[in-house]
Amino acid sequence: MDLGKATFWGYKRENGRIGVRNHVVILPVDDLSNAACLAVESAIKGTMAIPHPYGRLQFGADLDLHFRTLIGTGSNPNVAAVVVIGIEEGWTKKVVDGIKATGKPVVGFGIEQHGDHDTIMRASKAAKEYVQWASEKRREERPLKDLWVSTKCGESDTTSGCGSNPTVGNAFDKLYPHGVTLAFGETTELTGGEHLVAARCRNDEVRKKFQFVFDRYQAVIEAHKTSDLSDSQPTKGNIEGGLTTIEEKALGNIQKIGRKCVVDGVLDKAESPTGPGLWFMDSSSAAAEMVTLVAAAGYTVHFFPTGQGNVIGNPILPVIKLCANPRTVRTMSEHIDVDVSGLLRKEMSPDEAGDKLLECMFKTANGRLTSAEALGHREFVLTRLYESA
Amino acid sequence: MIHFVVHDENDSVGVVVVEGVKAGQKLTGWIMDQDKDIEVSARSDIPIGHKLAIRGLAKDATVIKYGTDIGRVVAPIAVGEHAHVHNIKTKRW
Repeated sequence: MDLGKATFWGYKRENGRIGVRNHVVILPVDDLSNAACLAVESAIKGTMAIPHPYGRLQFGADLDLHFRTLIGTGSNPNVAAVVVIGIEEGWTKKVVDGIKATGKPVVGFGIEQHGDHDTIMRASKAAKEYVQWASEKRREERPLKDLWVSTKCGESDTTSGCGSNPTVGNAFDKLYPHGVTLAFGETTELTGGEHLVAARCRNDEVRKKFQFVFDRYQAVIEAHKTSDLSDSQPTKGNIEGGLTTIEEKALGNIQKIGRKCVVDGVLDKAESPTGPGLWFMDSSSAAAEMVTLVAAAGYTVHFFPTGQGNVIGNPILPVIKLCANPRTVRTMSEHIDVDVSGLLRKEMSPDEAGDKLLECMFKTANGRLTSAEALGHREFVLTRLYESA
Repeated sequence: MIHFVVHDENDSVGVVVVEGVKAGQKLTGWIMDQDKDIEVSARSDIPIGHKLAIRGLAKDATVIKYGTDIGRVVAPIAVGEHAHVHNIKTKRW
């Protein structure tokens, strides 16, 4: 596949970023606002509420992450416009102002002194205007480098390390030289292979930052663990699928960054990259948490290799599922977008598998719904750092 | 037919990639990095995705996969035997 002149069709947003979807999002600041958001989604066809359970009495870095994730989600170029609802005006305005910096249409409503009904009415009026405005947006032809691609594996098994993860690595190696912005993460899941990632860092500054976030996450594990984490990390599903230790899982995980990509920078959770290249984001290894974080950072397409059959999607980031496990491809076919099980029968070469994934990437970018989107999987899971006050 | 795959020829274990492997079955393995084949007899029933030892592993030995240390042996494993959480543990946590 010659990527040199490759293009895709995307929506140009006010800030110059290119999206591959055109969502109008109804975004709650907090759990109290979920009901009103869902009512607006129901009233105005073509809008999408993103309910979640948090946003109250959080403080410090945990609160910063909450705002960064909500603002980032609304700012993602896959989102055309946003209606924000919160229990009170102050924090609602903070989220609105954050999203407004992109130049896209955004407005907020506080429930206190209004009540649900009045809020739903005012928010629905705005949502209707937005969804009709968004429906006139047209895609334009864009160069490949306008695409930001993230990856995370989930419900891995040994076929992930043998087949589906190296397929992502092959695709990443092909995308990297063309200036595409890439991301990987899952900090604890590098345990056993962190020296291999450190060796791939561009320079000492990046290496130091990587080591810092890796060690920080290890400290969290050490502080709270009551066992060797077997069943949690690796998960019971990983173990059922044949993965035995975190080291083994890590070596499989790391296949996703290929052989040629350099780690150009390190991001905090939900932090946006500042240029092209491969970025490591400090993040949970829990699938929906990590995908929520990269979506908030602005990534527009996601490669999700699975072994045992992880089914999650994301409300705004199209998740492409690829799998090399023949049993999973057979029993959970509705969830799988790219079947690379042929790799383990020597029916397909690593290059052919990588090209198959890239073909799916272009189709997805141009508008084809992924299986997760068609199945209505819209998992939005906020990462918490500690208890609320 | 490929029954199991091995990443690197120095690995201690291979991964079964077909369903229904039974004890006593003669298995063909594909060593991916060097593109070579090997033959091993299964000593246990091994589910798809699970590992078998391709060398004998003594207690406290290091398990090598991807040419790298992936854990320690906690009970001896014979060639062709099922290698998993009952005989291999992490060194990290």
